[in-house]
Amino acid sequence: MTARTEAVFRAKGLTKTYRMGEVEVRALRGIDLDLGRGELVVLLGPSGSGKSTLLNILGGLDTPTSGEVRYLDHQLTGATESALTRFRREHVGFVFQFYNLIPSLTARENVAAVTEIAPSPMRPEEALGLVGLEARLDHFPAQLSGGEQQRVAIARAIAKNPAVLLCDEPTGALDSATGVVVLEALEKVNRELGTLTVLITHNVGIADMADRVIRLSDGQIAEIRSNPAKKPARSLAW
Amino acid sequence: MRALDRKLLRDLWHLRGQVLAIAAVIMGGVATLVMSLSTYDSLVTTRDRFYAERRLADVFANLKRAPEPVAERLRELPGVERLETRVVAGVKLEVRDFSDPITGLMVSVPERGEPLLNALHLKRGRMVQPDSADEVVLADSFADAHGLEPGDTLAAIVKGKRRQLTVVGVAVSPEYIYQIAPGAMFPDFKRYGVLWAGRDALAAAYDMEGAFNDVALTLARDANVREVIDRVDAVLAGYGGTGAYARPDQLSNRFLAEELKQLQTTATLFPAIFLGIAAFLLDVVVSRLVALQREQVAILKAFGYSNLAVLAHYVKLVMGVVVIGVAAGVALGAWFGQGLSNVYTETTFRFPYLDFGVRPGVVLAALAISAAAAVSGTLYSVYRAARLAPAEGMRPETPTVYRATFIERIGLQRWFAAPTRMILRHIERRPVKSLLTVLGIACACGLMMVGNYQKGAIDFMVDVQFRQAAREDLSVSFIEPTSSKALHELAALPGVRAVEGFRDVPAVLRFENYRYRSAVYGIQPEGRLHRSLDRSLQPVSVPPGGVVLTDHLANEILHVRPGDVLTVEVLEGERRTVQVPVLGITQQYLGVSAYMRQESLNALLREGDVVSGAYLAIEPGAEESVYAKLHARPRVLGMVANASAVRSFYATIGEFVLFYNLVATLLAASIGFGVVYNSARIALSERGRELASLRVLGFTRGEIAYILLGELALLTLAAIPVGILVGVGLIGVLVLAFSSDLYRLPVVLAPDNIALGATVVVASALVSGLILWRRLGRLDLVAVLKTRE
Repeated sequence: MTARTEAVFRAKGLTKTYRMGEVEVRALRGIDLDLGRGELVVLLGPSGSGKSTLLNILGGLDTPTSGEVRYLDHQLTGATESALTRFRREHVGFVFQFYNLIPSLTARENVAAVTEIAPSPMRPEEALGLVGLEARLDHFPAQLSGGEQQRVAIARAIAKNPAVLLCDEPTGALDSATGVVVLEALEKVNRELGTLTVLITHNVGIADMADRVIRLSDGQIAEIRSNPAKKPARSLAW
Repeated sequence: MRALDRKLLRDLWHLRGQVLAIAAVIMGGVATLVMSLSTYDSLVTTRDRFYAERRLADVFANLKRAPEPVAERLRELPGVERLETRVVAGVKLEVRDFSDPITGLMVSVPERGEPLLNALHLKRGRMVQPDSADEVVLADSFADAHGLEPGDTLAAIVKGKRRQLTVVGVAVSPEYIYQIAPGAMFPDFKRYGVLWAGRDALAAAYDMEGAFNDVALTLARDANVREVIDRVDAVLAGYGGTGAYARPDQLSNRFLAEELKQLQTTATLFPAIFLGIAAFLLDVVVSRLVALQREQVAILKAFGYSNLAVLAHYVKLVMGVVVIGVAAGVALGAWFGQGLSNVYTETTFRFPYLDFGVRPGVVLAALAISAAAAVSGTLYSVYRAARLAPAEGMRPETPTVYRATFIERIGLQRWFAAPTRMILRHIERRPVKSLLTVLGIACACGLMMVGNYQKGAIDFMVDVQFRQAAREDLSVSFIEPTSSKALHELAALPGVRAVEGFRDVPAVLRFENYRYRSAVYGIQPEGRLHRSLDRSLQPVSVPPGGVVLTDHLANEILHVRPGDVLTVEVLEGERRTVQVPVLGITQQYLGVSAYMRQESLNALLREGDVVSGAYLAIEPGAEESVYAKLHARPRVLGMVANASAVRSFYATIGEFVLFYNLVATLLAASIGFGVVYNSARIALSERGRELASLRVLGFTRGEIAYILLGELALLTLAAIPVGILVGVGLIGVLVLAFSSDLYRLPVVLAPDNIALGATVVVASALVSGLILWRRLGRLDLVAVLKTRE
């Protein structure tokens, strides 16, 4: 467990317990983890292993029950709601399984919706160019295929020049050929912009493109494996 | 309980905010319906029962004087069943500690036994005893207004002589449910009263021994009213008859009928508007609910539920809301109805009792109307969901297709940031829904204006009538037409500033097959006190030689235009029938009148410079002394003081208008809030996911609130001008529906009326916005990412 360069995220003793009616669900049971600049990390694990909970805490969407998370020199644990909003706004890009695009905005405008509120964004066209959608700038979500919609979501996530890109099952709703195109886009962003990219999947095949693979099980880290010979996304198949 | 029904209850609970808001709207409609119909039913039932119990006559006739044997001739006329003669006389009254002029009407009752017709319902005390000259029974309205009880006394000026009268009873008569002094515009219980005295005593006081001056009769079965009236008129023509008239022309009954007609209009017009809006709301909410439950519908169908079962499920859900709304509406409506009926019987219609009840039929009608509106509103959306193949239903809905809006296409897009574009596109994407929302909010605004309109209209009517047309302080009527020299005497009284004589004569006005029984007023052409007004409410001089008619009388009743020739049958003196040209139209909101120059009317009647009364302007502060002096004059029959008439009008009608306004305003406000809140709430459930995504991307609560509430604000702002138009339209309908010869409501748009409508809408929007703001703070950011739409 070595941070390759400086740590972007530093998590210590993270636990998360949900109360669902009378049942306590312990989603995280003590996670210690450092994530470094420019890394491409894949979080693997079965349903209920705590992957999404961890990602949500890192992204400032949720708070841990105990333990602490630092983002660079910011303490995320105990931060106020508006501080977390500002954190997401300035530093984090999200990509979701179901794209979550705004149907009433075009591809360009979906990206612009984020760049308009970010401190030092790239131009929407540039972000869409990075994911290969130069030709679809003025299309509405309803006019785009699933893969294209997901690439718009990636463009939207990276356009603010975030330090972190958090992707929750980005290929989950896509067929494998389209999925590869989306992963290529993520790979390119990670390589060219040096964005720390954390990718959740339960698809083992995808793990081969990561610098590090972290396997979660029952809310704990079961294994961390470095991947010295990572494969390009293009060569993946599942 | 079946699982599907349990789901139903939970859905209702889950949607409770919206369920209550829609139920409030249904409640508003149903309450108006129940209130109006139950009040209407109760008043009609009470009236009919009271008329039957107390044997109200079918035909009435007044005459100058006829010897009693003439009654036999009348009784033998074909078509007459029962007939009673009476002595009726106007009288001036004095009540201790009350200085305003009081006019009364003395009506004779038989010395022994009950009256054959128009019998009294004794509330307190007893009837007059035979041969007791000074005993009277008072109408309860007058007695209550002055706190007079059996044993108390009051004074009457009969033929210039003051007589002490002793009250022995307080009673209600079917003939005088609505009591209004001749020439007065409104009932005034303090200044006008009906008294009943023994026939012999009254006859002695008015030189009517062995004679009568009033007849009441009932018709035999199958008798033709018109023929009987003609026969009675033929007999009484030689005795100064002023023309017999049937129940519909009887003053009290006519006012009652008119008021009931308006109530009936209210009972149909308002619930129609209220329920129409409720149906629209239901439609919008249920279609959205079903859209959200698309997958559940698909799963139910996959399990093997039939389309019909699914349909029944949602109809049940809607009916749940309807039943809540109707139950609350019936309860509230019955309560309001009881209150309204009481206000009616206390202020205008003095029934001795009230048969109040809500007919089961009214409740069923309310339920049926609401259910029909609600179910028809939901049928389509349910049908759309149930029609889907289960597999299709379980797939997420394809994203809605948006495009750049018109505003952007014409090149204005650079002025708008993405959130503003989202607002504009969302509105333009679903123009029908946006339009319906605007219309719904506009209806609420319009309803508010209607609810609050009457007060302004009445103020305006009173202002036109008493500050521009009838500007006299006092109108005095003489016992019989008198030489205009009498005016000099009046003018010489200390405290009298100005005097204007008038001549009025009862007459039937005819044109082609239209006829109207009224009076012709001869006024001064350049009158400064009593004037007629043109359409723009400017005083106009009455031209010589012809008649000028109130617009309603000319257009709606007689169908004459200036230039036409009217037939006037004078009902006094020689009872001449003459042709008079119509020379103009005047604007008048209260009552209808035919005006001539006094000199022209005198000429028509082939008499000299004769007046039948006078309009007086009195120095401020001199009222009491002038009243007292006039009171003592034997030739003065009655007086109507305008200022106190207006005061008492506001005192009585004020209570009614206040009650009605309060109810209408409450109901309209509940609808207003229901529409606005539901529109906002639906927008939130439609866009919650989108907004949560934006929150995740780093938008603040304020920024996403702008997107959601901006749309609401835009639609609300757009709705206000439309709402003012709707209000004006509804007021127009109201004005048409309520137009009668008694009064016409003017279309008055008071700024505070408009402001109130707009304020309620804006306030509803603000409260809804506040609720949404709180809900936006509780958006589940994590869940939205995990679930698909």
